Amino acid sequence: MTNPSPRHATNRDTKGRPLVAVTGLGIVTSLGQGQADNWAALTAGRSGIHAIRRFPTEGLRTRIAGTVDFLDTDPLVAPALSQRFAEEAADEAIAQSGLGRPGDFPGALFIAVPPVEIEWPQRQALAEASGQNGPITYTDLQRAAASRRFDAWHDLFIFGTVADHIADRFGTKGSPISLSTACSSGATAIQLGVEAIRRGEVKAALCIGTDGSVNPESLIRFSLLSALSTQNDPPEAASKPFSKNRDGFVMGEGAGALVLEDAEAARARGAKILGYVLGCGEKGDGFHRTRSSPDGAPGIAAIRAALDDAGTEPDAIDTVNAHGTSTPENDKMEAMSCAAVFGDRIRTLPVSSNKSMIGHTLTAAGAVEAVISLLTITYGRIPPTINYAMPDPAIPLDIVAQARDVPVRRVLSNSFGFGGQNTCLVLADEPA
Amino acid sequence: MSIARDVVVTGIGLVSCAGEGVVAHLAVLAAGAPARTDTETFAPYTVHPVAPIALDGQIPKKSDQRQMEPWQRLGVYAAGLALESAGVKGDADLKSRMHLVVSAGGGERDTAVDGAILTGLREAADPGAYLNEHLQNDLRPTLFLAQLSNLLAGNIGIVHGVTGASRTFMGEEACGTDALRIAQARIASGQVECMLVGGSYSAERPDVMVIHEMGGYLRAHDFRPVFDRTPDSEAGFILGSAAAFLVLETAEHAAARGAKALARLDIVASDRTRRQPGSTEASLAALWASTGLDAPDAVISGATGVAPITAEEGAALARLAPGIPVTALGDVTGHSLETTAPFGAALAAALVSETGLREVAVTVVGHRRGEGVIRVTAP
Repeated sequence: MTNPSPRHATNRDTKGRPLVAVTGLGIVTSLGQGQADNWAALTAGRSGIHAIRRFPTEGLRTRIAGTVDFLDTDPLVAPALSQRFAEEAADEAIAQSGLGRPGDFPGALFIAVPPVEIEWPQRQALAEASGQNGPITYTDLQRAAASRRFDAWHDLFIFGTVADHIADRFGTKGSPISLSTACSSGATAIQLGVEAIRRGEVKAALCIGTDGSVNPESLIRFSLLSALSTQNDPPEAASKPFSKNRDGFVMGEGAGALVLEDAEAARARGAKILGYVLGCGEKGDGFHRTRSSPDGAPGIAAIRAALDDAGTEPDAIDTVNAHGTSTPENDKMEAMSCAAVFGDRIRTLPVSSNKSMIGHTLTAAGAVEAVISLLTITYGRIPPTINYAMPDPAIPLDIVAQARDVPVRRVLSNSFGFGGQNTCLVLADEPA
Repeated sequence: MSIARDVVVTGIGLVSCAGEGVVAHLAVLAAGAPARTDTETFAPYTVHPVAPIALDGQIPKKSDQRQMEPWQRLGVYAAGLALESAGVKGDADLKSRMHLVVSAGGGERDTAVDGAILTGLREAADPGAYLNEHLQNDLRPTLFLAQLSNLLAGNIGIVHGVTGASRTFMGEEACGTDALRIAQARIASGQVECMLVGGSYSAERPDVMVIHEMGGYLRAHDFRPVFDRTPDSEAGFILGSAAAFLVLETAEHAAARGAKALARLDIVASDRTRRQPGSTEASLAALWASTGLDAPDAVISGATGVAPITAEEGAALARLAPGIPVTALGDVTGHSLETTAPFGAALAAALVSETGLREVAVTVVGHRRGEGVIRVTAP
């Protein structure tokens, strides 16, 4: 290095590691496909939550979701939908980055996908094909499977197939990683990409979170854990993060994709840098399978780890893209964790939850919300938390109830999930 | 960015049909067939069921045991064995900083509920409403948590206090190799000091047999050694219940806490190639070269028995490691999908530490995709 570079041109982060730039973004949610449609809807405070039309909801306590109904697959099953959303988001992100050639992405793939299993229409088809007229057992399903008529479903319902198809279509390099850290999966996909670039293993990574799993059993499983809002009418008012009358999350679908690059390599090829992933932090919680430690320590530690990894003080964060699920537990614990990290400033630090509009996109959420965080930086506008009509007095946060125009340089994006998963990201316009 | 640090194995936890622990598994390594084979319970499929284990030894609370399905219990149990063997079971501080990578699929179905619903659906006037009603009323609420892929890691956090942070990799055989690869790389590069890595698989569940019968990957005959399963004699895998965990750390970290390095996890190489005739053989040869393997003392193969890739792997190994003994993991534990690579690596480390071998290679070729080569050496 001959010249001391200006800050924005540095290629190393505050810890001397390769700086990780974002050069492409892609997004699919119930609000639409692509950055433009999503951004317009998000900043207008539009909800993508609606009555479920995909399957009969008769008798269900929750009959609403943020399904993506404008993309279709045959058969209409979670892995196929998840793959479709991922493809659309990755297409957009790679096109924006201009990296590689079509079908030849010069980097690794990290993709958060929902856990896969055979779904009810397929189980029914097997049961029918078995010819069993008495009580059905798995022996009958096995016999039907042995007819060879259903062989194509093997690949459809094993865990590695979505990643394999994405790797094949976009020509990513090496063994693709399919991962789950429950509701923080999308953030973990980004973290894995950041780490691989910092290790110098790759110059680029395609990081995706995708989820198309709104089907009867998935919905009922969450419902049985009392995790979902049952305020079905009107659907668009059900997801109300941080409100006093919040009563659970609303399932959502979609995908977020990011092209991450070693900043030096991105500059060398003249790429437009959209922002940086400055830091990633995580901390496990061994308190309970679905509940957080009462003292909030793991959530606090994850936020602090992300700030530390970013070489950033809490004061340098301009807004928090909250996990904000709209469950009584999450929003209380997240507010407590943020207050512990940001101190008194939390009363004036803008906090917003995209889930008020798109619902909880589960496996995809961390990636979808990272994309929205980077758009927030780009446009200097914080999307609102809609339905914030009845603030919870126990949550003294500055919740952004109307889209707010304010310069945003650094965003903290939180993701917390079942199984003690806490992952936080610091996204920024410039290096620290 | 920095000089790569040595990554050593300091703890091993194994559970399978051969029993539990290193000694039990080394004893059956050369037997040529798994210790337990059940051709009746899941007929027409053969299964290698896990040996009886005393869960209380590693999962003291009955309430924890009840919250889990067999795949999680096996995994949490093996994780406990690994922590014990590394001498960190009582070190709450270290475990709270220890990171975790798990390779796993998902959990068991409630087969009785599924069967009853399928039976009822046949005559239901309104199938949609019937399905909704019965899923709502008949599914145990906590079953979801016993099925979720990341909840093995979650349970290891709860039961053992390993709470640095966890990541769960999914995707059959390949994810086990990649769990080791990324754990090794994170430690070697200084991103983390100490990790617990492993996987768990319960074969004793009829739902997975439906999945693998579709496509014809499952062998519906009695046991026959993996590399002898030619298409004529029914290729395919026999599932086996197995769990394996390894404690990995830098050599410095191990030395500083006075822990014995059992073996070094040198290199974990993986790739995904489009499957066509010869691609598996070529991929294995390239990966083998990239690991710097020269003349290992032994090879542990995760070969599935699926044609034609098992024959391709056999041919590749005959060229890459001529005259060197190859043990198929399927002849020890049966096939355990996501657990194959961790189990192979753990056995390789055990061979190095207990029998004095200098270098052991592990190969992992997924039944649908993914190839891996792992090099384990004396520390």
